[in-house]
Amino acid sequence: MVEGALTQRTDVSATRRRWDWIGVCVADPKVAVGGGFILCLCLVALAAPLIAPHDPLEQDIMLGLTPPPGFAGAEPGHWLGTDDLGRDVLSRVLYGSRVALTVAFAASALAAVIGSTLGLAAGWRRGWVDAAISRLVEIWMAFPPVLLSILLVAVVGPGVGSVIAAIAIIDWTRFCRVVRAETMNQASADYVTAARAVGFAPGRILMREIFPNVAPVLIALISLEMGIAVIVEAILSFVGLSVSSDTPTWGGMIAEGRQALHEGWWILAAPLTLLLLTVLAFNLLGEGLRRALDPVMRR
Amino acid sequence: MTDDLLRADELKIVFDTPRGLFKRKGAGVQALRGVSVRVGRGETIGIVGESGSGKTTLGRALLRLADVSSGRIVFDGRDITGLGERDMRPLRRRMQLIFQDPMASLNPRHTIRRIVTEPMLFHRVAADPADAQRRARAIFERFSLPLACLARFPHELSGGQRQRVGIARAALLAPDFVLADEIVSGLDVSTQAQALNLLKELSRDLGLAMAFISHDLSVVRAVCDRVYVLRQGLVVEEGRCDAVFESPKHPYTRALLDAIPSPRIDPGWLQRDQGD
Repeated sequence: MVEGALTQRTDVSATRRRWDWIGVCVADPKVAVGGGFILCLCLVALAAPLIAPHDPLEQDIMLGLTPPPGFAGAEPGHWLGTDDLGRDVLSRVLYGSRVALTVAFAASALAAVIGSTLGLAAGWRRGWVDAAISRLVEIWMAFPPVLLSILLVAVVGPGVGSVIAAIAIIDWTRFCRVVRAETMNQASADYVTAARAVGFAPGRILMREIFPNVAPVLIALISLEMGIAVIVEAILSFVGLSVSSDTPTWGGMIAEGRQALHEGWWILAAPLTLLLLTVLAFNLLGEGLRRALDPVMRR
Repeated sequence: MTDDLLRADELKIVFDTPRGLFKRKGAGVQALRGVSVRVGRGETIGIVGESGSGKTTLGRALLRLADVSSGRIVFDGRDITGLGERDMRPLRRRMQLIFQDPMASLNPRHTIRRIVTEPMLFHRVAADPADAQRRARAIFERFSLPLACLARFPHELSGGQRQRVGIARAALLAPDFVLADEIVSGLDVSTQAQALNLLKELSRDLGLAMAFISHDLSVVRAVCDRVYVLRQGLVVEEGRCDAVFESPKHPYTRALLDAIPSPRIDPGWLQRDQGD
């Protein structure tokens, strides 16, 4: 309520300032390129049923293994060729982005919530809380991540939900360690002492003074984590532990393409290229955001 | 001694060396080894000493921002040594702190408006946000800070402006005691004078008691009534400012005084280089 009343009286320049970090971010070339690609991919994923030229599951054995246009034996209408069952590669790649992005966003958000909650607690409370959480992280990180996720999905059963859960359960440690270190770093700053000297409660200091200063690192890390989640999802689909085989996924397509590699390289090339570009875009975005959101560097 | 606002008796602080998983607890570092200071109402004291002498630790302990190992702190006749954070809260308004590095002491993600008005609203010094803003504007005018600063972020201000914002934040709570920790060391000489004059004015108008922590004896001499000389966690000399500066008793004080550049000019100084 106090906040609301304050902003009511805020003059135009302050309101502009509140939003101009968006402008600063977009002006950063890495954010523009990486974020632009991700944004396009999101739109493509949402509009997949509208823009895909074919049903991704429609088989046509007569048109199996036709290469993309420009190669001998190409079939008009199949822009990236067809796989060994005659399914349109382009449509499958477009539909595959839906699973990839769902997993990327949900898994990294979940991992960020778990990891940063524990990281904030450890970095702010210190003492036995920090000792307990840090030991837990150390033990957790000793498990081989891919094997652990395969094990988790195998136990819980395949599906998008269990892939998301598996990634979050494994990768929260990444967030925990970074957020803990940054919280400890911020907690030693004079502005925190100033807040204590005013008498603010510890919870308020943590959430309103420290957290806004930890957020940029967290946002950058979430973006990097999305790239990792896309890869892990692809690995799990590659070994057939992600979603059921009638949903097209990039990892699943790479697995199918590998078997038919000598007959049709394009089946593998299309999802692999898109996977590479997506991870690269997430990494660029994360890198750029980290720079752009630094309050001292932005001017 | 009923006119003491703040008194510390035999303060000792030992910083524990952290205990690791496979490490035994170490002996710890003694930051303060039995320090007694007192600040009268409306009085300005100086705490001087080289870096590592325990000045800042002493300051933080006086405000109960650092835990003391033994000793007693009395504020306005009340023992606050073992007071919990909740019981300390009403007293926090009455004892404020101004920092050495004004950039670090202002949250980089908050506007100046938020930085100066939130404490007032928290302690109900101001009735509502509009009142808090009115008070902030009044003090900004008095400190000759542009009102446009209110909507800015700390990194958009100059060093001198930031320092004045730090002073304004403390002054707006109408405290009884202000601790100034090396507040002029990062400023150039003219800005230093500006900040010092502001504080002197404030202490006169509000009847503030102040403690000035500094390694710069000329600054302490300019503003303080009494001075404590701290060395390696012990008070080696104390007394009225003029007395200590006229006839220092402890060799350490003398050494500190000798380190002040002389205001007298050596007549041969100009010719010194030309002769070569």
